[in-house]
Amino acid sequence: MAQTDGQVMTGAQALVESLERMGVDVAFGIPGGAILPAYDPLFDSSIRHILVRHEQGAGHAAEGYAMSSGRVGVCIATSGPGATNLVTPIANAYMDSTPLVAITGQVNSHAIGTDAFQEADIRGITMPITKHSYLVKDVEGIPLAVKEAFHLAATGRPGPVLVDIAKDALVKTAPFVWPEEMDLPGYRPTLKPHARQVRAAAKMIAESKRPVLYVGGGVTLAKAAPELAELVERTRIPVVTTLMARGQLPDSHELNMGMPGMHGTVAAVGALQKADLLIALGTRFDDRVTGKLDSFAPHAKVIHADVDPAEIGKNKAVDIPIVGDVKETLKQLNKAMEDLDAPDAEAWRRQLGIMKARYQPRWEEAPDGRLSPQEVIQRIGQLSPEDSIYVSGVGQHQMWAAHFLPHERPNSWLNSGGAGTMGFCVPATMGAKVANPDSTVWGIDGDGCFQMTNQELVTCAINNIPIKIAIINNNVLGMVRQWQSLFYEGRYSNTDLKTESLPDFPKLAEAMGCVGLRATNEVEMDAAIQQALEINDRPVVVEFVVHKDAMVWPMVPAGVSNDEIRVARDMAPEWEEEEL
Amino acid sequence: MTNHTLSILVANRPGVLTRIAALFSRRGFNIRSLAVGPTEREEWSRVTVVAQVGDDGALEQIVKQLNKLIEVRKVLELGSSAVVREMMLVKVRADVSTRSQIIDVVSLFRGKAVDVSAESITIEATGSDEKLAALLEMLSPHGIVELVQSGQVALGRGAKSMSENKAK
Repeated sequence: MAQTDGQVMTGAQALVESLERMGVDVAFGIPGGAILPAYDPLFDSSIRHILVRHEQGAGHAAEGYAMSSGRVGVCIATSGPGATNLVTPIANAYMDSTPLVAITGQVNSHAIGTDAFQEADIRGITMPITKHSYLVKDVEGIPLAVKEAFHLAATGRPGPVLVDIAKDALVKTAPFVWPEEMDLPGYRPTLKPHARQVRAAAKMIAESKRPVLYVGGGVTLAKAAPELAELVERTRIPVVTTLMARGQLPDSHELNMGMPGMHGTVAAVGALQKADLLIALGTRFDDRVTGKLDSFAPHAKVIHADVDPAEIGKNKAVDIPIVGDVKETLKQLNKAMEDLDAPDAEAWRRQLGIMKARYQPRWEEAPDGRLSPQEVIQRIGQLSPEDSIYVSGVGQHQMWAAHFLPHERPNSWLNSGGAGTMGFCVPATMGAKVANPDSTVWGIDGDGCFQMTNQELVTCAINNIPIKIAIINNNVLGMVRQWQSLFYEGRYSNTDLKTESLPDFPKLAEAMGCVGLRATNEVEMDAAIQQALEINDRPVVVEFVVHKDAMVWPMVPAGVSNDEIRVARDMAPEWEEEEL
Repeated sequence: MTNHTLSILVANRPGVLTRIAALFSRRGFNIRSLAVGPTEREEWSRVTVVAQVGDDGALEQIVKQLNKLIEVRKVLELGSSAVVREMMLVKVRADVSTRSQIIDVVSLFRGKAVDVSAESITIEATGSDEKLAALLEMLSPHGIVELVQSGQVALGRGAKSMSENKAK
């Protein structure tokens, strides 16, 4: 029994005590009226509270912390606008199944519903984007809500949980009781896969000729990279790793065909399209991967393993469903394969190997000696330590980072996949650095994204969080502009940010307490990356001025079959001669 | 589109109905009728939803998504053999000359008169949706003044209780 059991304390103290008991060491947030009582005991607690500049930053930082550490991220905001500023990160965490607990203050319980000052029904607002949510109106309810919130956020399919606490519940006192049991009778995630399903899957794998392991973010969340590697070595089945699973099998592995999807590699997209069996692991057949659904992987039987039964069969009909933790599923699958032959897929591996060698993602030289964005990103990866962690924003730079960074280690690549949240990068990089203070943490950001949340660099500078941000400055909202180039006859409506003139990024960085650097050619590029890597006492921002017409290739245009993949503008890969 | 009756056992807590209704709305599922009430156990409520569904895949997805709600204990699709009832109160124009005629029709449907005035009679009737529609058709020539109908409630036949089985 802990010393504090039975001790009379305020709800605020009970909240902080509960967070400490859940092992929280870091929280990101901003105080305000309704949550103010909680900040008093927080002042004396063992929890490191990082005062951000905007609640969205708190949310993304908590996500970055969670994604890079595997622990639950915590963000705190006050009622009303404080809470609504968390909506975007909560939605982001929901889409990417990131374990997040968001704690918000609410107006006094008797004032709820009266349109009181800074009142917003944040539980109602976030209902469709949370795994679960609580509105706590009694001081006695705080410990249970916190305990359940952390359990729900971290287990089964992880996700964000909101705990909204009325101010009077924080102020009132009660004896502290840490609940032994949780009251979640409707919550029993299936973690152990059904043995018969696993055996059937193993048999189907052994009999396949053109199998593909389609690996998604669930493998990242389940930390199942070792089990995946074992299955790959045992069966020699080619692998594609989605945007949320980059690094789960090293990119340097000969059987890793790269990333599938709208901007996937030809080998990865082709592997899915030509496969006779998909072994889908912790992935959800997202439209950015499948393209037009009815022509996706048309020849393939499907084994789909996921911890969330609702994902199985949601988008694509499945032959063998396996509900369970994907790490456990892989363990059992490895065991089941011991007694079976690996699939006879030599010809298939050879075919994909040729495609992989022939259609590596590449780029054209930039005109007039300027920098290519792809080259910058690749160079950062080449010059940085092997154990670096990379975070990206959303857009062209994200896709290039997915292709050209060294994705060799699991859980060292963070980005906003499902939601596509511009502004994710800077705060998420901060969160990742807080969780991994000894690693080099790079944020690869765009000039558009950067201008949405860069104020958190002040937070980094003040709190000694020496992150490195690379702004890939092409002066435009590059991905949108790419679509305008391809589908709107080059009518560039409102995509020119004019960042060649404003802001002055190095000066802006310096004003926020960071080192600000700029590189405009290859010599400066290497020097700036080296310099950034050597600075560890302050955040560093490097602006890489790149040409604006670079496009992300390959590309499958939206709404068409993956078979329509283009490796460059008006250039299709040659499939036919490679047909088996 | 076909109708499917879903019986959903939920924790008797504030906000649960909102979660269910919001789920239907967010995922683009249609609700034809909805009824909520207490069960044999105080800590649970039962929500009966008649969902309008285009195909089996959509129905499966509704059930799976409902099961993901933390406060949903169990979801069961009740088949055509289930006992299904809706209740209707209908105010019909009636005077001395038509009143007994209306009461005759109503008693054929095992309904009853619950209120009467010089110009109207209010009928209470329960049954399946089809039965109530048939009754209404018989009454409409007299003039329907006002009508209210409950959501559908339903129970599976036989001795078994949905809450007895191990949930989910």
